[in-house]
Amino acid sequence: MNILVCISRVPDTATKIIIGSDRKSIDETGVKYIINPYDEFAIEEALQLVEKNGGTVTAVTVGNENAQDVLRTALAMGVENAVIIKADKYVDSFFVASNLAEYAKKMNPDLIFLGRQSVDFDSFQMASTLSEILGIPSISVVSKFEINGSTITCTRDIEGGKEILETSMPCIISAQKGLNSPRYPKLPDIMKAKKKTIDIIENFGGSNRVDLVDMQLPQKERQGIILTDSDADIDEFIRLLREQAKVI
Amino acid sequence: MNKILVFLETENSVIKRTSKEAATFAVQTAGKLNSTAIGCILNASDDDLKSVSKYGLSEIYNIKHSLLKNYSSTAVAKSIFQLSEKVGIDCAVFSANSKGLELAPRVAVRLNASYVPDCIGFVIEGTDIKVKKPIYGGKSIATIKTNTTNQVYTLRPNVFLAEEGATTLTFQEFAPDLNANDVKVVVKSVEKQAGKLDVAEADIIVSGGRGMKEAENFKLLEQLAAKLNAAVGASRAVVDAGWREQCDQVGQTGKTVSPTLYIACGISGAIQHLAGMSTSKIITAINKDKDAPIFNVVDYGIVGDVFTVLPKLIAKI
Repeated sequence: MNILVCISRVPDTATKIIIGSDRKSIDETGVKYIINPYDEFAIEEALQLVEKNGGTVTAVTVGNENAQDVLRTALAMGVENAVIIKADKYVDSFFVASNLAEYAKKMNPDLIFLGRQSVDFDSFQMASTLSEILGIPSISVVSKFEINGSTITCTRDIEGGKEILETSMPCIISAQKGLNSPRYPKLPDIMKAKKKTIDIIENFGGSNRVDLVDMQLPQKERQGIILTDSDADIDEFIRLLREQAKVI
Repeated sequence: MNKILVFLETENSVIKRTSKEAATFAVQTAGKLNSTAIGCILNASDDDLKSVSKYGLSEIYNIKHSLLKNYSSTAVAKSIFQLSEKVGIDCAVFSANSKGLELAPRVAVRLNASYVPDCIGFVIEGTDIKVKKPIYGGKSIATIKTNTTNQVYTLRPNVFLAEEGATTLTFQEFAPDLNANDVKVVVKSVEKQAGKLDVAEADIIVSGGRGMKEAENFKLLEQLAAKLNAAVGASRAVVDAGWREQCDQVGQTGKTVSPTLYIACGISGAIQHLAGMSTSKIITAINKDKDAPIFNVVDYGIVGDVFTVLPKLIAKI
């Protein structure tokens, strides 16, 4: 079983975002980068499948050479091959999808796993976009994955419940938190991963369908009325919600 | 722009609020761009059609096919593409809910369209459209320019106004040309938790953090939620501790919510939590620590112990 896992390198979720001088990217000073949290579930699921059924797991990312750090983490978790498809930081999701698709066509994997969203641009689109470009099915936001012969059964989270879906290989699965418990790489694995080769290849070309032209910090004026826990203040709190905000 | 298509959804034959918002947006945008707003819906009954008819769309296509009895995203994307070939669509609008986020990128690929997900605002000057979209979990707002004639958008729920509008509406049936190969992925069953209101769809959210001390104490939040017809949300710490389910988690690695009222109880306001709820219309918090970061983003806050304040609030509301 050949499995491709698409990962992305994102700022740690505790990062305070400061907008860069180009107003199209963030100020990277002091920012800690991590594997996109949802991609860890994708890697773990791929590793477990290969441990059970044999095969190889390849991790790929579209980005610059700095992404070697997150690929080393993937290698330490147990991924066999790691690839960076070189691209500059202003490429859009469609460019990324087109390049991942070109790579997938060459590798011809049985399964492609990725995170349900990358927590930088939060576009939730990679699985569906790849699915249409490659002409193979995809299921997004999967919290349970099972293979029975050639049939794949997935549980996917929807508003107020779950959907059970069926498809067959090859297919693309985007992972939701809860799919599994991603392993923490052990020190010897981290040391071994440092010696492994990361393939850095040129991108397959393509153009942006959208461009980010400006970034702002959210500006919502909040009233900031702070009350105490006295009975009178609790009454005032309710009055404000009823009469000023008119939300209850 | 020629025609804007909006994807309409109903639940128990009642139009979903998110679809009202999307339809209203399509109609208003069509007005600004001198184009037409039309809708499509899957396998609709007469009651479904009646419910989606009030929002000012000029045509609604009822997409009907035996292979669409069980929802299949691949087949629906193909059907919408075929509808577009027939009626000439250059913009398609979906809600940024679980179905829309899955379906819209597919339609975008088929229409060779640019796609902007989870939109919260549009700046339209002449024929030029710029789109606002939260990034980094809402810690920043990006302005996006599209580079193609065709465009696809998903709209964040509870951000755009829903308004009824009068127009001359015609219904038409549309039979897509599908075969078994188009339903490569299919929904076999849906399990809805009876009576459970999802945080992503709720008008009011009562959310609890580590300050609730233990799972048992979420009963207080459920009582308050019942009085307000609200959903109960949770912080990451609470979900990681196993007190609440993953589907209730609000934040950068949980659900992004935008309710009319958000009540944060015993939540300190970690940056990744704030990211997931910062577009709520009114934010309130109850926390005994007056220096908790949550108080920097509230409209109304109560500095006090949740176990003192919540029972009083439940009694008085």
